Amino acid sequence: MGLRIDVQKRTEDYPKWLPAATSIGAVLLAFVFSGLILLSVGADPIRIYSFFWTASFGSWGAVSDVIVKATPLLLIGLACAFAFKMKLWNIGAEGQFYMGAFFASMVILLPMVDLQTTPKFLVLGLMMLMGMLGGALYGFIPGILRAKYNINEVITTLMLNYIAVFWNNYWIFGKYSDAGFQMTKMFPKIAWLPRLSDFAKQYKSFSGITLHVGVIFGLVAAVIVWLILYKSRWGYKITLIGDNPKAAKYAGLNITRNIVLVFMFSGALAGLAGMAEVTGVVHRLQERISTNYGFSGVIIAWLAKLNPFAVILVSVLFGALIVAGREIQPSGVSFLIQGIILFLVISSDVLLKYTIRVVRTNKDGEIVQPKATVVEEAK
Amino acid sequence: MTIQETTNETLAVEMKDVTLRFPGVLANDHVNLTLRKGEIHALLGENGAGKSTLMNVLMGLYKPNSGTIMVNGKHVTFNSPKDAIASGIGMVHQHFMLVPNQTVTENILIGLDEPKFVLNLKKYDQKVRELAEQFGIKIDPTAQIWQLSVGEQQRVEILKILYRGAQILIMDEPTAVLAPQEATELIETLRGMAKQGKSIIFISHKLNEVRAVADRLTILRKGRATAEGISLEGITREALASLMVGREVIFNLQKKDQAAGEVVLELQEVCAVNNKNLPALRKVNLCLKQGEILGIAGVAGNGQSELVEVITGLRECTGCILLEGKNIANKSPQASISAGLAHIPEDRIGVGSAPNLSLTKNVIMKSYDHAPISNSWRVDYTAAGVQAQELKNLYKIQAPNIETQARKLSGGNLQKLILARELSSKPRLIVAMQPTRGLDVGAIEAVLDLLLEERSKGGAILLVSEDLEELLSLSDRVAVMYEGEIVGVMDQKEADINTIGLMMIGSLRGEPTCPPEDAATTNINKQGGE
Repeated sequence: MGLRIDVQKRTEDYPKWLPAATSIGAVLLAFVFSGLILLSVGADPIRIYSFFWTASFGSWGAVSDVIVKATPLLLIGLACAFAFKMKLWNIGAEGQFYMGAFFASMVILLPMVDLQTTPKFLVLGLMMLMGMLGGALYGFIPGILRAKYNINEVITTLMLNYIAVFWNNYWIFGKYSDAGFQMTKMFPKIAWLPRLSDFAKQYKSFSGITLHVGVIFGLVAAVIVWLILYKSRWGYKITLIGDNPKAAKYAGLNITRNIVLVFMFSGALAGLAGMAEVTGVVHRLQERISTNYGFSGVIIAWLAKLNPFAVILVSVLFGALIVAGREIQPSGVSFLIQGIILFLVISSDVLLKYTIRVVRTNKDGEIVQPKATVVEEAK
Repeated sequence: MTIQETTNETLAVEMKDVTLRFPGVLANDHVNLTLRKGEIHALLGENGAGKSTLMNVLMGLYKPNSGTIMVNGKHVTFNSPKDAIASGIGMVHQHFMLVPNQTVTENILIGLDEPKFVLNLKKYDQKVRELAEQFGIKIDPTAQIWQLSVGEQQRVEILKILYRGAQILIMDEPTAVLAPQEATELIETLRGMAKQGKSIIFISHKLNEVRAVADRLTILRKGRATAEGISLEGITREALASLMVGREVIFNLQKKDQAAGEVVLELQEVCAVNNKNLPALRKVNLCLKQGEILGIAGVAGNGQSELVEVITGLRECTGCILLEGKNIANKSPQASISAGLAHIPEDRIGVGSAPNLSLTKNVIMKSYDHAPISNSWRVDYTAAGVQAQELKNLYKIQAPNIETQARKLSGGNLQKLILARELSSKPRLIVAMQPTRGLDVGAIEAVLDLLLEERSKGGAILLVSEDLEELLSLSDRVAVMYEGEIVGVMDQKEADINTIGLMMIGSLRGEPTCPPEDAATTNINKQGGE
């Protein structure tokens, strides 16, 4: 007699709630594991987690900070989810984010329009377009390389990230530096996205609340991505190519063009995130505007199982981790948790493919069927 | 649960009351199977009847919900194929699992504990050679897999399991991939092996072949055994067929004489190269009329795939391909589709369907961009669902529902799904490549009936098949391909199997094709692909 873990390939479809349950379970488990690690170095995980909670959701100001952090994550998470849906592994959202920020900033730095006379909404509208263009063009490069020459996009997008960072550095150090610092001069107010604190005069409670319009970009983008992926012709093509490119070719789809288009759309979303960060948060082009958003976006897309609405929830969670991480030392703890989350989410897919149960075995090592099932058989 | 030890020494395998449930399907319903030592036991049944499932249970890939398995009189429970192999059971799958860049011997040694560190290939080459000789298998142990024909690769698979000491061999539709000559040779080999005491389970749905090879047979239908270990003596082909499909199969197809109409497809001087950049089509001229089936005969690899690919827009070529007067050569698959071409591809799973998507999404693969499925940017999945449901009923596709993933369908049902999609587009021209390969009797009949129905409606059908009998009974005219050329076109009424056979191996040339000027014979060497 004994107990044994019995792993069986699923012969039936898994219940609909299971993917969500495994994702949530993975996050919870990640906190448990991280807690154990914290415990092992002599910290008190309960205290740290309760501190996490107050730092990220303890006040309206904190919640606003979390949403501000979640905004670029949301857009980048969507960018990744969109490309991943066609099994294009765009690891380059980081670079596309920087290029979006750069292109958007050029509207002010060149300047492209007369900053004294042009109305605010036109300036911001142009910056949005430029931001998306920058990201899209930067997505075009790995897209065309993959589509025409079958060059692995993981390598190209990863490498292009570094180029984008240094490209930005060149301009902010060399050309547009503000008194030798690694940043440009502060943009004029006309290039600032509206924030809640702008309305502090009318509503007292808004003072100091930095939440900006960018979050609306993200929410609208989530709806658009959902409409494209699940309701549109293009989304059907993306799904078909993602599942079987040969069948897609046979059905008359132009795979080359779709790879490029999907990469550009994904890049545009990441570029928009860059624009929102520049105009909504830092108000200038500067070094390190991204704290690895591009890579967090990959985790977020996976954790959300590529569902655009789930991306919203997950980016709030990650925004909270970043905000809380700023408040504690060492700040690496939140990255530790992020890493463990990704690891567990990917491994939790096992549960979708296999059933795992603990079973009783007899002395020959054979599984003893539970009595209930035997009775059912007899009927 | 009581387990009785059998003392019956003559039984190699005894499966009792094996039941295995899949979602919505009883894959095996209290099936019994006994395999005697030294016999060839055929396992017959339609696609989806549960043959492969039953064998996967025996190989330890699935655990049955109930039932017992005995091997050599001892009760066994397999948790993985490893356990099955340890009990002396080996399986040759339909799709070979070999490493192309390694030699025969290396492939046979893969995954074994011995040799441990140093690989003295010569010593093992000799071992493999001896083993091959013992069972009369012709193979060169030092050859690399990519150099071997399909039949030879199969021999490597057989040697692989013999080398592992298998006493019980499961052959999963071994002749499906073989040329007739190779199949005869394989049957010889299997008989020899049985004489030396090996027990063989032979899965098939070719009735003639089963009669030629097996001592006894078990027939499965919809998961149940309709015949358990009966002897083949005195059983007619028709009786076997009806045990398999549950009704009398009409082997004589209802094909009416009808006059062909206007020319639908015309190929003029079409040349193309294959994936290795070698000439695959040499000045092919063909024409196909309304209400006509043109059969393309030939040994596999003589340019048939490339011919289909140039017509469907998947491969570049020179020359002219006119579909109702419009040149579709070198356009795109999309251009061919909108010109009214339906394509039933050779590879159902790899090309013809998206395995992880639903039936609905597979059905709209070519109609997602026009009414009624889509009028603007949106895809109307409600309308798509309605269409999928209609086609599922009309073509009798067996699946739990229209949301089922395509990969969960059996071969025959998947083919019906593809036919449903292709034929519902009301095509002007149907290009069908091996439409019945790997299907069971019932599904073959359904597929052939559908093609004949299209013919009587005035459809033009280009049928590529390696099954000569099928080709001759279906086609109005037969064209034979050899090394990328059409070496002869003949009327079905004048065609006889011997003439075609000689043409297929290149020792006879027939009349020139239409259009009459045929320069193919003189220009072979000028058609280099480089």
